[in-house]
Amino acid sequence: MDDSPRTVPPAAADIGVDPLSQGDLEIETYRVVRSDGSFAAERVPDLDNEAFRDFYRWMLLQRIYDERATKLQRRGRLGTIASGHGQEASIIGSGYALSRDDWIFPYGREAGALLLHGLSMRDLLLYWRGIEDASRMEGANVFGMAISIGSHIPLATGKAWGLELDGEDAIAFANLGDGATSTGAFHEGLNFAGVLGVPAVFFCQNNQYAISLPFDEQTNAETVAQKALAYGVDGIRVDGNDVLAVYNAVSTARERALEGAPVLVEAVTYRRSAHTTSDDPTRYRSGDEVDEWEERDPLARYRSFLEQTGRWDAIDEDAIREEVEAEFDEAVDAADAVEERGVEELFAYLHEEMPPELERQLEELRDLLEERPDTYEFIEQRPKG
Amino acid sequence: MNATIIDAINDALHAEMRNDDRTLVFGQDVAESGGVFRATDGLLAAFGSDRVLDTPLSEIAIVGSAVGLATHGFRPIAEIQFSGFLPPAFDQLVTNASRIRWRTRGELTAPMVVRTPYGAGVRALEHHSESLEGAYGHVPGLTVAIPSTPHDAKGMLISAIRDPDPVLFMEPKHVYRSLREDIPEGAYTEPLGEAAIRREGEDVTVVSWGAMMHKTLEAVDNLDGVDAEVIDLRTISPLDRETVTESVRKTGRCVVVHEAAKTGGFAGELVATINDEVLLYLEAPIERVTGFDIPVPLLSMEDYYVPHPPRIEEAITKTVSY
Repeated sequence: MDDSPRTVPPAAADIGVDPLSQGDLEIETYRVVRSDGSFAAERVPDLDNEAFRDFYRWMLLQRIYDERATKLQRRGRLGTIASGHGQEASIIGSGYALSRDDWIFPYGREAGALLLHGLSMRDLLLYWRGIEDASRMEGANVFGMAISIGSHIPLATGKAWGLELDGEDAIAFANLGDGATSTGAFHEGLNFAGVLGVPAVFFCQNNQYAISLPFDEQTNAETVAQKALAYGVDGIRVDGNDVLAVYNAVSTARERALEGAPVLVEAVTYRRSAHTTSDDPTRYRSGDEVDEWEERDPLARYRSFLEQTGRWDAIDEDAIREEVEAEFDEAVDAADAVEERGVEELFAYLHEEMPPELERQLEELRDLLEERPDTYEFIEQRPKG
Repeated sequence: MNATIIDAINDALHAEMRNDDRTLVFGQDVAESGGVFRATDGLLAAFGSDRVLDTPLSEIAIVGSAVGLATHGFRPIAEIQFSGFLPPAFDQLVTNASRIRWRTRGELTAPMVVRTPYGAGVRALEHHSESLEGAYGHVPGLTVAIPSTPHDAKGMLISAIRDPDPVLFMEPKHVYRSLREDIPEGAYTEPLGEAAIRREGEDVTVVSWGAMMHKTLEAVDNLDGVDAEVIDLRTISPLDRETVTESVRKTGRCVVVHEAAKTGGFAGELVATINDEVLLYLEAPIERVTGFDIPVPLLSMEDYYVPHPPRIEEAITKTVSY
């Protein structure tokens, strides 16, 4: 046997193999209102003035909610929170395009979209206080928050499958960030959605960072939208700071999904605040970059559109602000009023009926708290709403 | 140097990166920002971007590529930001890392470390507080190490990096910064697979590890008239059976304290080991003080889940007075 090393000659250039590569795809970023405020009139959605006011109202609500929730967190009255600051157009433009029958799979930053969908602000605050009850998401078709990034994507596929099997006129709508697109769950969830042809929209708010990692290090792909093709689903890339563009894109995606073509939408935006209240972004990105994106502020851009089309005069910003602040105050009061919970809450709901061993463990805890009240010295945060 | 656990880990990483140029550190947010707990702070500046890398948000790729690198003669030190995000990569630990030596009959090996902070008590969001060491300890071929002090954190991490096989290095994040002690400068090792006796005693053996070690010591301090022997297990797998059984042979009584849920938790393995080897020396049933059989609650009630000194004291008292 000849065991001399085999040399491999370099492949010749002219043998006709032409690999697909990044430059082959040209992907348009869909816009209605450009960053300079000019807009494509034919793309402006056909909505009444109330709706145009609503977009502004809800974006402002998102902004105020994030500011005030962050302040509450700083005062120790909320746990770690993730802000949607800078992403208001993506959050509200998408939320506004959904029917209340659709199911939202939230990823944490989309307060405004969840409130639009019928969730109470009180419950949203309770969730960030670490109160399990809030995860019921009462009164709204909203799943639990996907804190484990990407883990919800296959769930959305399954939910959409169920909606389709039952012939319901609704979609599953998953919010995700750019980081989630690197998970195995994203890959498997999208691929399967494509195979099944289920009514699902995967809405990636590409805010350029997964904690410290910039998008160009998250993936060597130039866009998220192009990944859709590999999974056999439709893809849309949209300017995520243009609320009307996001609304149009998600409305279109929703229609496509209902026809049996799942869609991956990439909204290109920017996370202007920290990843969460536990993060310090000055460690990994420049202030100049943040300033640059501040100039592309979604509220300012939309306001410029409203002004140009004569809609702004009918909008009383101060009144909206006042109304939203009052709503937030009320939500905080309602959250504060939630009664203290008992330790049985910890053990409830794990099983339909509590197994005897859990009953026993619950009793053990109750006995301990009674016999050793000094245990409370180690319990810093009482189970209060 | 006077160090916290996080300082000690950072120091160990610096020391081994200097000692062995085949080591690499990678994971989410470990390079540019120095890690969410700052465990890898300064490594990028000291060793450059070829050896210290931020990865995409891909636990499977982080652990799987560590196996591949390791089989090629590198010494990867991967970080999984929170152990609650390790489950996707459990597949890589079970399917590849733990058995690569066995299935290739020694042709390929995976000398690699996966570092991950675990445990409750830091008011984090859901999936940031788990203690699944029992599940990982159940995987044959995987070493599972849990230091509880700055001295051990450094010495055991260096041992883990030099180990010829994969080590899951679980760091008790609740005590990352709450303890300080003087530790030696430069590289030193603490053995894996060897428990440490934190306190010698005659009346009862109390076994614990990680953040619970300190609650256990506090409980023992509070108990007058009980001469407890306290064992810091330090390594879940391989289990140091000898130190535990020798101690129980002497005391005849045992309490195991861990934060993980009770059913299927590692305390069960310790009880079985004691029964196997020193059953007839027991003078009382072995007590387990553990988390409850529920997910770790969200932050408002997580303190109810974690065993605290009063609960540990009750168990010790019950065992001693049996």
